[in-house]
Amino acid sequence: MKLKHLVVIAVGVCLALPAAVCAEPVTINWWHAMRSARGKVVDTMIKSFNDSQSEYVVVGTNKGNYDEVMNAGVAAFRAKKQPHLLQVFEVGTQTMMQSGAIYPVYELMSKAGFDIDWSNYLQAVLSYYMDADGNLMSMPFNSSTPIMYYNVSMFEKAGIEPLSKTEAITWDKLGEITKKLVSEGIAPAGMVTAWQSWTQLENYSAIHNTPFASKANGYEGLDTELMINNPLVISHIERLKEWTKDKRFMYGGQKYQGPKAEFIAQNAAVYIDSVSGIAKLKKAVSDFKWDAAPLPVEASMKKPQNSIIGGASLWVLNGHSDKEYKGVATFLKFLASNEMQSYWHKETGYFPITMNAYNDLKAKGYFKENPLQAVGIDQLNRAVPTKISRGLRLGYFVQIRNIINEELELVWNGKKTPKEALDNAVKRSNVQLRTFEKTYE
Amino acid sequence: MIKRSTFKSGYLPYLLILPQILITLTFFYWPALQGLSQSFFLSDPFGRSSKFVWFYNYIELFTDPLYLKSIVTTITFSIAVATVSITLGLFIATMANRALRATALVRTLLIWPYAVAPAISGILWLFLLHPSYGIVALTINNWFGTEWNPVLYGKDAMIMITMASSWKQISYNFVFFMAGLQAIPKSLIEAAAIDGASPFKRFWAITFPLLTPTFFFLSVMNIIYSFFETFGVIHTVTQGGPGGSTNILVYKVYQDGFVGLNLGSSAAQSVVLMSLIILITFLQFRYVEKKVQYTG
Repeated sequence: MKLKHLVVIAVGVCLALPAAVCAEPVTINWWHAMRSARGKVVDTMIKSFNDSQSEYVVVGTNKGNYDEVMNAGVAAFRAKKQPHLLQVFEVGTQTMMQSGAIYPVYELMSKAGFDIDWSNYLQAVLSYYMDADGNLMSMPFNSSTPIMYYNVSMFEKAGIEPLSKTEAITWDKLGEITKKLVSEGIAPAGMVTAWQSWTQLENYSAIHNTPFASKANGYEGLDTELMINNPLVISHIERLKEWTKDKRFMYGGQKYQGPKAEFIAQNAAVYIDSVSGIAKLKKAVSDFKWDAAPLPVEASMKKPQNSIIGGASLWVLNGHSDKEYKGVATFLKFLASNEMQSYWHKETGYFPITMNAYNDLKAKGYFKENPLQAVGIDQLNRAVPTKISRGLRLGYFVQIRNIINEELELVWNGKKTPKEALDNAVKRSNVQLRTFEKTYE
Repeated sequence: MIKRSTFKSGYLPYLLILPQILITLTFFYWPALQGLSQSFFLSDPFGRSSKFVWFYNYIELFTDPLYLKSIVTTITFSIAVATVSITLGLFIATMANRALRATALVRTLLIWPYAVAPAISGILWLFLLHPSYGIVALTINNWFGTEWNPVLYGKDAMIMITMASSWKQISYNFVFFMAGLQAIPKSLIEAAAIDGASPFKRFWAITFPLLTPTFFFLSVMNIIYSFFETFGVIHTVTQGGPGGSTNILVYKVYQDGFVGLNLGSSAAQSVVLMSLIILITFLQFRYVEKKVQYTG
């Protein structure tokens, strides 16, 4: 009996004063949006960190999809029960930066005494999460970029050469290809695109080094305004609209499911979507050959810029002890190691974030064996990001993307001309941007 | 005379209704007031800065032509859903009421769709009506040469979500009409039949007036259903598109508040939505209820 009492008391004390008395490991909480297959990969990474040392224990929790994770983080912060690490999608970057609820990663790392050579990271990935002075605010975690998939069997039937995996074709060339495929009755439709705002406006603008918004795409001030009603983008949308007439372009819906289904069902020969589509297509396509190429560029663009990323990054939240932050920093450093980065990339297709990990994979011949995986990375690395191609930093970006989707749909169904729609998208988005600015001024 | 029973002690009745009052206060009035106050602020989602802006959020809403369009869309949609589901619910109920064999089975089967969650009902209809893989859509496009495409055309999308939302509500209405029909004394209808009234005449002169309380109740419930619970259908089928043509108010609240984290605007939208529902329900009670006959 007495022994039992003692044990109970000891356990009680340990629970009450874990760190001080019992030298328990420090717990680091990480809320993320990675489920099913990706969730398992994340769990494996956490486990190998926990096994590698005894000072810290990382506990990963899936809180649902991206918006649910963000909302869980917001609610927890308000209740002062926030996790140490929160995974937030790229469109939430500005909200996180302005929140005052975060501990910038560059500061965290230097305070923890880790001297990180940021130039060794993939710049097109890092730059999306930097402030205007080039300081890293959050740690990139899962990053992808759009590429162009095409139906090789259809191309062969029409006698079209397979496309290069490094040199982008021009939009005019894509027009010729799709015209041939459709007019010869080989494909019911030419091209479909997923995430039209991300692929056809955001990435199109970055690749052509054309500002999406003023103030360096919003990096240099909240008083930014959208600039997508410029002649280049208008003519691009006009071209796509023109293509809908002879089915060289088909609108398949806002997200990826619809367009992907069209490509898999061979209703469309060309499909623009994130590199994460590689894994999905590998699983779903069995009755035709397909391949991938960089996104098309305008003939006038001799040296196309890098494309921009999508995905999510890890934010460190305020309100924890130095000891815990040291653990967070150790964990982030561990995640950036070659071993973890190549594991992450191989399992999920998301980009490795360091040049080291990339070169390591390359040296081991990984990209020779998996040439599809190189398409996105090469497109991302083909140029040094400029102030315009490094990313977008807009408040209420979710609403802005909704506005763009809405206006583009009105172009596709013939209710508006491309110019009217883009002018209106700019006007409506600017209202959102002003409200955002007013909230933080 | 109605017999009244009274409590002897003065505080007991209050004690007995206290739990209900507490629940209503915590789960309705408190959040509603929070929403109301939030709508006058512009605030950072993390709650670190909050600025009182008077009616800024409301002014932004009502100067946005698309918000006004969204109100019209919502009203059109809810009238369509209520009309379709009440009419068909009544039609099926009158038919099932006359069923001679396997009545229990028929009725049970007709109630089933109500058990389907709106989101799933949406997906089911999408599988039938999607322009690329929907069996029904492909068939009608092939046979009639129509260009049915709810991914592209607003009208088609509206028809699709109206069908998906009405379908499961028909069962709900069916249950109530069935109960209403069973409560009508057979003797009345038989007497009318003996007097030579046609089945149609009997329906209009006897059944219909006696069903008005059910009608009234269902019209209120269906409007509320189409305002709020159809969220699942919209979310899975159209996400408010194409071109905002199915962006009903409750979906916009979700998109701006939950996904977009503009708390002030979404609070203002919730207040507008709540006022709209209060107004509609008030009008229904004020004008429609007068025509209801509660006793036979």
